[in-house]
Amino acid sequence: MTSQELWSLALGRLDVDALDFLKAFYAPSENDDILSGAAWVVILGAVTVVALLTIFRAWRPLFRDWLTSVDHKKIGVMYIVLAMVMLVRGVLEGVVMRAQQADGLTGGFLSANHFGQLFSTHGTIMVLFMAMPFLTGLINIVVPLQIGARDVSFPMLNSVSLGFTTAGAALIMISLVIGEFSTGGWTAYPPYTGRVFQPGVGPDYWLWAVILSGVGSTLTGINFVVTIYKERAPGMGFMQMPMFTWTALCTAIMMIFAMPAVTVSSAMLVLDRYLGFHFFTNDLGGNMMNYANIFWLFGHPEVYILVLPAFGVYSEVASTFSGKRLYGYGSLVAATMVIALLSFTVWLHHFFTMGQSADVNAAFGIATMLIGVPTGVKIYDWMATLFRGRIRFTVPVIYLLAFMMLFVLGGLTGILLANPAVDFQVHNTLFLVAHFHNMLIPGVLFGLFAGYTYWFPKIFGFRLNEVWGRIAAFNWIAGFMLAFFPLYVVGAMGMTRRTMAYAEPAFQIWFHIAGVGAALLTAGLASLCVQLWVSIRNREQTRDIGGDPWDGRTLEWATPSPVPEYNFAVIPRVHSREAFASAKAAGAGYPEPASYADIDLPGPTWTGLVMAIFGTTLGFGLIWYMWWLAALSFAVIAVTLIGRAIRGDRHPRVIPAAEVAAEHRAWLARIRALPAAPRTQERSPANRGMAAPEYRDLRP
Amino acid sequence: MSDIAQTGFSFDATPTMHNDDPGKAISGFWLFMMSDLIIFSLFFATYATMLTPMSIAGGPGPKDILELRSAAFETGALLTSTFTFGLASLAIAHGRGRAQAMGWLLVTLALGLVFLGLEGREFARLLDIGAVPQRSGYLSALWGLVPLHGLHVTAGVIWLTILLVQMGTQGVTGRVRAGAARLALFWHFLDLIWIGIFSVVYLGGLA
Ligand code: HEM
Ligand SMILES: [Cu+2]
Repeated sequence: MTSQELWSLALGRLDVDALDFLKAFYAPSENDDILSGAAWVVILGAVTVVALLTIFRAWRPLFRDWLTSVDHKKIGVMYIVLAMVMLVRGVLEGVVMRAQQADGLTGGFLSANHFGQLFSTHGTIMVLFMAMPFLTGLINIVVPLQIGARDVSFPMLNSVSLGFTTAGAALIMISLVIGEFSTGGWTAYPPYTGRVFQPGVGPDYWLWAVILSGVGSTLTGINFVVTIYKERAPGMGFMQMPMFTWTALCTAIMMIFAMPAVTVSSAMLVLDRYLGFHFFTNDLGGNMMNYANIFWLFGHPEVYILVLPAFGVYSEVASTFSGKRLYGYGSLVAATMVIALLSFTVWLHHFFTMGQSADVNAAFGIATMLIGVPTGVKIYDWMATLFRGRIRFTVPVIYLLAFMMLFVLGGLTGILLANPAVDFQVHNTLFLVAHFHNMLIPGVLFGLFAGYTYWFPKIFGFRLNEVWGRIAAFNWIAGFMLAFFPLYVVGAMGMTRRTMAYAEPAFQIWFHIAGVGAALLTAGLASLCVQLWVSIRNREQTRDIGGDPWDGRTLEWATPSPVPEYNFAVIPRVHSREAFASAKAAGAGYPEPASYADIDLPGPTWTGLVMAIFGTTLGFGLIWYMWWLAALSFAVIAVTLIGRAIRGDRHPRVIPAAEVAAEHRAWLARIRALPAAPRTQERSPANRGMAAPEYRDLRP
Repeated sequence: MSDIAQTGFSFDATPTMHNDDPGKAISGFWLFMMSDLIIFSLFFATYATMLTPMSIAGGPGPKDILELRSAAFETGALLTSTFTFGLASLAIAHGRGRAQAMGWLLVTLALGLVFLGLEGREFARLLDIGAVPQRSGYLSALWGLVPLHGLHVTAGVIWLTILLVQMGTQGVTGRVRAGAARLALFWHFLDLIWIGIFSVVYLGGLA
C-alpha cells in the first residue's frame, strides 16, 4: 500500500489545502486574510473556552449540572446559548456582506466564491441554527412551566434533540476551519449543488448539518406535542392554555409535518452526490423541480415555525405589560391554527417564475394573500390588548411596538410579492431580501429578544439591565430600518440578490446607507453582550426573590426564581385561564398546599452528549469520505440509543416530600416578608419579584 | 363555581406522574409514524412524477424490468407476518403465556426475513440486468422508494429480535408489553406502505 492510499484510507479527501487558517501565510490576499482570520477566531474561541473551563475548574460541574442534565430548563438554556453563539457569527457575516456591497461598485474586497459561502452560511445559520434553537430553547423553558408540569414527556429524547442540533451547528463551525462551505445559498438548489458543479465538500457540509438538525427538530416537535397533550395540570383544558403554549403547540405540530420534507430533499441530494443517482441532475432524467417543490414544502411552513412562537411571546408581553387580559383569546387561537394550516398550501410562491401555468400561479397567489387575514386578526388583537391598558414601557414592550409597525410593513410587501405579476418583476432581487428580513428581524428576532428579556429572571433569579436593554433595542430597530429599507429601493431598481458587485452607480448611495445600518446592527449586538455582562455584575440590584417581577398572569410566575428543578412543589389544579392573575386578584396567589408528596425525577444521562459528539464525527466522516469514522460513529450512536431503550432510565431520583416541603415553606416565608412593589417601581431595585395588587382587568 | 373561577389555581390535585408512562410513549410513536408517513409520501410523489419519458431517459421503464411473481411472494410474506404479529398481540393481551407470544413473534420474524430475502434477490436481479439507479431518474426514484421500505423492515427485524431477547430473559413485563405494542404499530404501518408500493409500483407499473 502506498502512503497515498494509506492517507486516503485514514483521512479521505482531507489535505493541507483544506486548512483555511494556514491560507493567510502562503496565499496572502485581502480575501484569504479574512477567511483565515475567521478560522482563527473559531480556533481561538474554542481554545479560550477550554482554558477558562480549566482555570475555573468548571469541567466537572459543566458535565454534571448541564451537559448530562435532562432538566427542560437547562436544556432550554443550552439551546439559547447555542443560538447566541450562532447569532454572533450570523450577524457578523451579514455585516461583512453589507460592507462588501457598500464597496461593490468598485468590485469590493471579497472573492465571488467567498461571498457565495457567506450568504449560504448566513442564511442557513440564521434560520436553522439561530432562530430554531432560540425558539426551541424558549419553548423548552416556558411550556412545562406554563402548563404546570414537572418536565417534558420524554426528557431523555429532549437532550438527544439538543445533541443532534448541536452536531449540525458544530459542522457549520468546522467548515470555517477545515474546507469550505456550499455556495448554493440556504436553499441549496441542485443541479448547482450537485456533484457536477460543486464536487468539493461545500454542499456536503450543508447537507449533513441540515439533516442532523432536521432530525433533532422532528424529535422536538414530537416531544412537545405529547407534552402539551398529556402533561397539562389537572383542570387546564385546551382553552385555558396560555397563548405562548398554544403557539408552541402549533409550531411543534408543524415541525412534525414540515421537517421530514427537508430530510427527504436532502437525502435525495445526498444520493445524487454520493451514489450518482439522478433525482435532480441535468442529464439522464433528473428533475430539479422536484427539489424546489419538496424543499419549499418544508421551507414555507418553516418561516411560520419561526414566527408563531414569537407571536406567542408578543401575546404574553402585550397582556402582562398593559396589565390586561389578552384581548380576543379565542380569535388568536383560531388565527394561529389557521396560519399553521394555510402555511402548507402556499409553497409554490417561491417559484412563480419557474414555468407552471398562470392558473396555478393565481391559485397559490390567492392562498398566499389569505394568510394576511389571520395575521391581521392577530395584530388587531394585540392593539386591542394594549388599548386603554396601563402600558409600562419596558424593553419587551419596545420590541413589541417596533414589531407591530414594522411587521405590518413587511407583511404588505409580502402581499405585493404574492401577486405573480409583480413577483415576475422583483423575483430574485434585493426587494425580496428586504421583504424577508423585514419579517424575520422584527417578527422573529425581536420576539426572541423580548422573550429572552421577559423570562430571563425566571431562570436566573435576576432581571436584565434595563438601560443597556434599551440601547440594544434602539440600535436593532434603527439599524434594521437603515440596513434593509434601502434594499427595497435597489431591489425595485433591479439589483439581483446574491450578487457581490454592480456596475450601476445609482445603487451605490443606497448601499452606503445600508452599510450605516449594518454598523448600528453591530452596535446592537455588542450592546446585548454588554447588557449581559452588566446584568450579571449588578445582579444584586435586580434580584427576583418572589418570582413574579412583572406582575405575571400565567403559571410560570407562581414559582420561585430560579425555578427549582421539579418546577412546582405540588402540581397545581387550574380553575381558569390566566390562572395566576386570577389567583392574585382573589388574594390567593401563594396558596400553601395541605400536604406534599415525594417527587420522581428522571436521572441524568450521557445519551444527548454522545449524540452531539458522534453526530458531529458522523457528519465529518461522511463529508470527508473517512468511511471508518462514519461507520464507527454510526455504530456508537445506534448502540447508545438501543442500549438506552433496553435499559431505560437507570438513575431516576426521588426528592423526599420533607425536602420539598421545607424548600417551599421557606420560599413562602421569604415572600411574606417581601415588600410588594407597585408597577411604577417595576424597573427599580425596589422590585424584588413581589407584585403589589393593582387594577387588573378580570372581567370573565 | 364563580368563586372557584376567581381563585385561578389551587394545590388540591392528586396528579399521577410517571416518567415511563406507556401511554405517552404510544402517543409519541404515533406522531413519529405521521412524520415517517410524510417521508414515504414524498418518495411516492417523486416516483409518480418520474414515470415520464423524460425521466425514464431512454432507459428501461417499469414494464421492462419489474416482475409480478416475486413481488406477489413478497406481499404474501409481509401480509402473513402482519397477521401473525396480530396473533402475538392477542396472546400478549389475553395473557396466554410467554411461549405462545414468542412463538408467533418468531414466525413473524421469519416471515420478515423471507420478505427481505426476496426483496434482496429482486434488487440483485435489477443490478444484474443493468437497471441501476445511475441509469435514469426513473430508476433513481424506484431505488429510492422501495429500498427505503426495505430499510424500515430491516429496522423492524432488529427491533423484533431485541424484543424477543427481552421477552426471553425478562418475561412479559410492562416494559416489554409496551415495546411490543409500539413495534406492532410499526409493523402494521410498514404493511400498509407495502400495499401502496405493490399497487403503485408493481400493479400500476405493469398494468
Ligand atoms: C442582523 C443583521 C442581518 C444582516 C446585516 C443580514 C444581511 C444579509 C445579507 C447581506 C444577505 C445577502 C443578501 C443577498 O442575497 O445579496 C442576507 C441573506 C439572508 N439572510 Fe440575513 N441579515 C441579517 C439577519 C438575518 C436574520 C435574523 C435572518 C433569519 C432569521 C436572516 C436570514 C437570511 C436568509 C435566509 C438569507 C438568504 C440567504 C441566501 O441567499 O440563501 N438574516 N442577509
Ligand atoms: Cu413562502
